[in-house]
Amino acid sequence: MNHTGKNVVRMTNITKTFGTSTADRNVDLELYKGEILALLGENGSGKTTLMNILAGIYFPDSGTIEVQGQEVQIRSPRDAFQLGIGMIHQHFKLVDVLTAGENIVLGLPGPLYVDRKEINRKVQELASRYGFDLEPEKKIYNMSVSEKQTVEILKALYRGADILILDEPTAVLTPQETQKLFNVLRNMKEDGKSIIIITHKLHEVLAISDRAVILRKGENAGTVDTLSTTQEELTEKMVGRAVSLAIERPQVPRGKEMLRVSELTCLGPDRGKILDRVSFSAYAGEILGIAGISGSGQKELCEAVAGLYPVSGGSILYNCQTSHGRKMENITGWPSGRIYQQGISMAFVPEDRLGMGLAPSMDMVDNVMLRSYRSTPGLFLNRKKPREISRRLIQELDIQTPGISTPVRRLSGGNVQKILLGREISNDPSVLIAAYPVRGLDIQTSYKIYHMLGEQKKKGTAVIFLGEDLDVLMELSDKILVLCDGKASKVMDPKEVSKEEIGMMMLHFGWTPRHQEVNP
Amino acid sequence: MNHLQKQKTGPVIHIVKRENLSVRRQWLIRGLALTGALLSGALLILALGHNPLAVYRDMLAGALGSPTVRRETVKIAVPLLITAIGVSLAFKMRFWNIGAEGQFLMGAVAAGCFAFFMYDRMPRPVLIFVMLVAGMAGGGIYGMIPAFFKAKWGTNETLFTLMLNYIALVLVQYLQNGPWKAPKSQFPKMPMLDDRARLSKILGVHWGWVMALVLVVLFYFYLTRTKQGYEIAVTGDSIHTARYAGIPINLVIIRTMFLSGALAGLAAVFQVAGSDYTITEGTAGGVGFTAITAAWMARLNPFGMLAASVFIAILERGSNKIQTTFKIPSSASEVLTGMILFFMLGCEFFMNYKLVNSRRRRENP
Repeated sequence: MNHTGKNVVRMTNITKTFGTSTADRNVDLELYKGEILALLGENGSGKTTLMNILAGIYFPDSGTIEVQGQEVQIRSPRDAFQLGIGMIHQHFKLVDVLTAGENIVLGLPGPLYVDRKEINRKVQELASRYGFDLEPEKKIYNMSVSEKQTVEILKALYRGADILILDEPTAVLTPQETQKLFNVLRNMKEDGKSIIIITHKLHEVLAISDRAVILRKGENAGTVDTLSTTQEELTEKMVGRAVSLAIERPQVPRGKEMLRVSELTCLGPDRGKILDRVSFSAYAGEILGIAGISGSGQKELCEAVAGLYPVSGGSILYNCQTSHGRKMENITGWPSGRIYQQGISMAFVPEDRLGMGLAPSMDMVDNVMLRSYRSTPGLFLNRKKPREISRRLIQELDIQTPGISTPVRRLSGGNVQKILLGREISNDPSVLIAAYPVRGLDIQTSYKIYHMLGEQKKKGTAVIFLGEDLDVLMELSDKILVLCDGKASKVMDPKEVSKEEIGMMMLHFGWTPRHQEVNP
Repeated sequence: MNHLQKQKTGPVIHIVKRENLSVRRQWLIRGLALTGALLSGALLILALGHNPLAVYRDMLAGALGSPTVRRETVKIAVPLLITAIGVSLAFKMRFWNIGAEGQFLMGAVAAGCFAFFMYDRMPRPVLIFVMLVAGMAGGGIYGMIPAFFKAKWGTNETLFTLMLNYIALVLVQYLQNGPWKAPKSQFPKMPMLDDRARLSKILGVHWGWVMALVLVVLFYFYLTRTKQGYEIAVTGDSIHTARYAGIPINLVIIRTMFLSGALAGLAAVFQVAGSDYTITEGTAGGVGFTAITAAWMARLNPFGMLAASVFIAILERGSNKIQTTFKIPSSASEVLTGMILFFMLGCEFFMNYKLVNSRRRRENP
């Protein structure tokens, strides 16, 4: 790789603290003209904070920033724009009721009269120059996530940005959309733009970047040329030591049908169908993976099964142990409390850990008894058993906490998730629903969680796993199902479909791969 | 690009959250706040032309100086403490019950139905018991109304409970002007209670104070050791978590607000039958609002509320005393109490946050 081109950004010795925690400590970063730089690091390694400093959202405690060779003070996003720096955040900042074109010119100086035709023409021109697909007159609320991202990128380009920062741009995209985005980024690079892409996905780093800067716990952990590196080296730099990236998929014989969802229909707040006749079964000793772009009804599906979302059609049958042996009990519409009281051991790890799965300002003991406190007789709480379980979980799952009486909100995301998942599996569930269980967690904890799900499967639990990372989802799951716009595909064998095919199914309901599907 | 190169610095002072403040530091901060309050109060007193030391000494004497005034102080503290425990239950659930004033009055009216009109139809212990139950039911049901609407339709409880205060107040005004007006009185006021409807005394004060102490212990255990207390805490911490845990949220909200209102109603019975011996539109006299102050000063801890209620009662008695001794206008003495309370509540901020000089921090990181 040839870096004779001059650097366009040079950040030196950047330190930023928030209260008592240090997000970045003496971090250096250089960006050359016409390159794609990957900023790689685990969650909490300070990569977004560093970029927010460059984009004028935070002001560093110390350190210097040079842009085009001149030292600058970037005090606001407006300053950043004047320097030609544009950042595309993970959460889009667009006005829903305006069109793409209107959003792009919003906030720019201009005459009182807005010539929409002229704007749309310019936006269109810009889009086709880099190979974006965009209708400037489309309203934001009619757009898919990837279209919204396009608008955000064009917004930055329209303001004349030469330096683009993208914060985890592929997190919300399907494989096809990611490919498209990468093509656009390559076009921009050809045009002389400099691009920083924040990510923690290693294969993307290898696919798109020229160089990678790696951060670990807020400090520089190395800079590498992409051509001369491997996934293993990147991981080692990112985590601090070598980590095995293989996900084990223990093979156990398929057990009984534990959960049967048929024709499940739920309505959204606007009375539209948020789930539309979804059917599938979950079997003991199997992990059923559910894929789908975000907002396709995953949350409602989990909550409906767990008795937390109203069902307007269809049925949910649960394989229960009764005095007359096992039978399929119809639990449709049972509230969560009743499901538990009937002795149904369904475990549910919700997406929103601190907002739904745990009581954030209570301690570990009180959180461990959240689901079971009613099972002891009398008016009073019995904290003896929860206390024992808490101590055991800390040991078994290696939970880092000052003690069992520390409020759980003070713990890091990984430890919070371990408490939640630990509690849910502590009463030997027959069905375990885990919604995005590794979101926001570091690599090691993520693999620990995958391992725990595998262990549950070996114990004969029917596991339903909702994931974002398709690679992981396909590696971990025994069966896979795709949700698209509230409708479910057939249940497939992940060994017989490709990632690209799953991606197509996430976008277009009814799209089927050529080969035949596996019967559930 | 020029203006971007000018040297500018960040803000001088940062507010930083702090966790795990030691108990000793907490009391140190409280002590500093009290000192600050007394010093600023001294400025006010000086401005009024009096000697601050003499005024403060007189305040203390007026609240604690003799058995008689001590009994009066306790009489103020008892309803305040019971009402504070009541509102704290709702606050623990993050249900902003600012309607204790109204629940208090409704409790008084409900007890009054028996105290004024049925005192001669039952033996005294039964009458007192019925009055207590009626007071709790009156306050409790009045507290359940906003809870029911909140649970059913998600109405805003702050506005709802506030408005119900006025309804209760106007009801009392109507009763004293009309149906419950003392027969021979020229003025719109209710009769005095018959002796049979008055509470007996223990150590010179109606036995409500014993009850208040029992309630402190009782509700400490209710909140920390019982399933119902746990449900209140989970519901307050995160409503979605409560739903997830299978807690019947609507039931918890309604049940807790019944308790909250019932305690205000109980406090009212002690006020009416132990202290005022009648009902007027001033029976509540802001106790429902002062209780909110007491509850937060104590961080919703019942034992803390005991201390806070006595403290507020001392201030109230003291400020009455200096009005007569020094001819300080009541508005000025209320400003003084307000300042002291402001400092005591304001110091809560410094227990949760600290100010950091960011310049200095930047130089030596």
